[in-house]
Amino acid sequence: MKELLVTDITLRDGNHAVAHQLTEHQLSVYAEAAEAAGMPIVEVGHGNGIGASSMQVGESLLSDADMLRVVRGKLKKSRMSIHVIPGFATINKDLRPAIEAGVDVIRVASHCTEADITERHITFAREQGKEVYGVLMMSHMASKEVLLEEARKMEQYGAEGVVLMDSAGAYLPKDVRDKISLLAEELNIPVGFHAHNNMGMAVANSLTAAESGAYIVDGASRGFGAGAGNAQLEALIAVLERYGYSTGIDLYGALDAGDVAQRELVEVVPSATSTSIVSGMAGVFSAFSKPVERISKEYGVDPRDVFFELGRRGIVAGQEDIILEVAQQLSEEAAKK
Amino acid sequence: MAPREGKLKVAILGSGNIGSDLLSKVLRSDLLECTLFIGRNLASRGIARAAAMGVPVSDGSVEAIENDPDVCDLVFDATSALSHIRHAEVLERLGKTVIDMTPSNLGRMCIPAVNLQECLEYPNVNMVTCGGQATIPIAHVIGAVHGEAEYIEVVSQIASRSAGPATRVNLDEYIETTERGIIAFSGCRRSKAILNLNPAQPPVDMQATVYARVDEPDLERLTAAVDEMVEKVGVYVPGYELIVPPTVENGRIAVMVRVRGRGDYLPSYAGNLDIINCAAVAVAEGHARMTGSVQGEGAR
Repeated sequence: MKELLVTDITLRDGNHAVAHQLTEHQLSVYAEAAEAAGMPIVEVGHGNGIGASSMQVGESLLSDADMLRVVRGKLKKSRMSIHVIPGFATINKDLRPAIEAGVDVIRVASHCTEADITERHITFAREQGKEVYGVLMMSHMASKEVLLEEARKMEQYGAEGVVLMDSAGAYLPKDVRDKISLLAEELNIPVGFHAHNNMGMAVANSLTAAESGAYIVDGASRGFGAGAGNAQLEALIAVLERYGYSTGIDLYGALDAGDVAQRELVEVVPSATSTSIVSGMAGVFSAFSKPVERISKEYGVDPRDVFFELGRRGIVAGQEDIILEVAQQLSEEAAKK
Repeated sequence: MAPREGKLKVAILGSGNIGSDLLSKVLRSDLLECTLFIGRNLASRGIARAAAMGVPVSDGSVEAIENDPDVCDLVFDATSALSHIRHAEVLERLGKTVIDMTPSNLGRMCIPAVNLQECLEYPNVNMVTCGGQATIPIAHVIGAVHGEAEYIEVVSQIASRSAGPATRVNLDEYIETTERGIIAFSGCRRSKAILNLNPAQPPVDMQATVYARVDEPDLERLTAAVDEMVEKVGVYVPGYELIVPPTVENGRIAVMVRVRGRGDYLPSYAGNLDIINCAAVAVAEGHARMTGSVQGEGAR
């Protein structure tokens, strides 16, 4: 049986789905369910990772310290993970305190062409003896050759694996196969895949990643994540079981965690809504859907036009401020007509 | 080459992108004369370019100034924060005015549109960061109009190509220095700085967003004050432009500016490097005017 490492990102990517308003109670009951299911890694935090609570990408209800404290208290066998984006989070303000709060796994992320900004954070986390992965976000925006070059940088900095994120839900299975198989062949460290469901492909793409040589796959209970959500964890585990992969996760435990998520965390089960589909087609970060909808309404413009214009401009994750500029521009253009 | 009458003699320490672009700006100035351009390697691209332009060059680091103290009155330090700590000591002993381009946090922080006159009294001024030069003038105005802002946040977009290895490895210092600058110049209680690198082709212009949370936004007064400030910055940064005027959205004030560079040494999309250099030249010219008027030479 081939082994896979599944990362449960419900309490991190899911925070996008509720504008980063997850409460202590929600973190606590879900972390308990994840521990009971034997999830190897449980990621927690603001949707954009530690140090990201901001007007730009949304202010979280709880501080990083509170989120880590609550989840730490519930995890025993499961390892606690954080997402870290240099440019948002600094070592002194954010990473060092998170390590002191008992984080086990640190996933350091950058836009897929900018891996060199992760060097200091990866090096620091490794020096602290932590399990460290590199993450290339919005990886649909670069060729497989560029992704390999960037992933090699992360490997050289000390990353123990590199995860390709399909942050816009723009991948089709062929893209997954091309990119994951090249990285799996060429890197000396494991490769991972993180799916979004904008075009309904998240579970299928995650399976394709595993079949193409990925060792790490990310999933969220009930798909609770940004935009159309992530690969639905409990469905993914069922599929992987059918394909003969071993994840170490208890199927009933995962199904129970899914029920806990639906009952306690999920306001609306994520689905591929009109704006999410367009976000995937335009290749724009899934987490833009909430601010795009809000700002488009305010300026009386079509959110789908806003997404396509953002895609045309090549806007990357973390650039939510540009939504306002684009909406104003489209509304002015409409007024001139 | 002997300095022309009335011009302030300046040396540029550091022959990388910042130093080379500074040189173009100094050469254009009616008030400044570059009397020494210093790098580490005479064969480097920056030194070769300066020499070809007829500027005296050296590979002797700060010692080149120590060995010939009369070579200049003012020094731009465009090396690194760590090197600046050593240079500052030597230059202070020599009595040189220093404009520090690094995030060393040693000297008096300077945003020319806000505190140029005051900074001319200090022997060592620090130019904060590129994002700071673009956003702090706006943050300052938000603080001034509203008395006190609870929280100000700034987000900068720069083209990947404009971010060299030093910028990339110093993101944490960039963030922390910018955050300190925001608080110092706006009086807000908390601040946050975010930097996004965007790899789109053709490269994107530098732009920056300033968000603020205040008790009662006064958009009318703020709009007038922002317009005035943008004009003030525009005097020394020609490519500084307001693209989203003060707007209240989702309970916060948002203002956006764009900075197009002059395309001196670097392409015009590198407005992030242009703005900090334009600001530094404005400080040096301030010194030239002050010295000029003291000596009665009327440098203006």
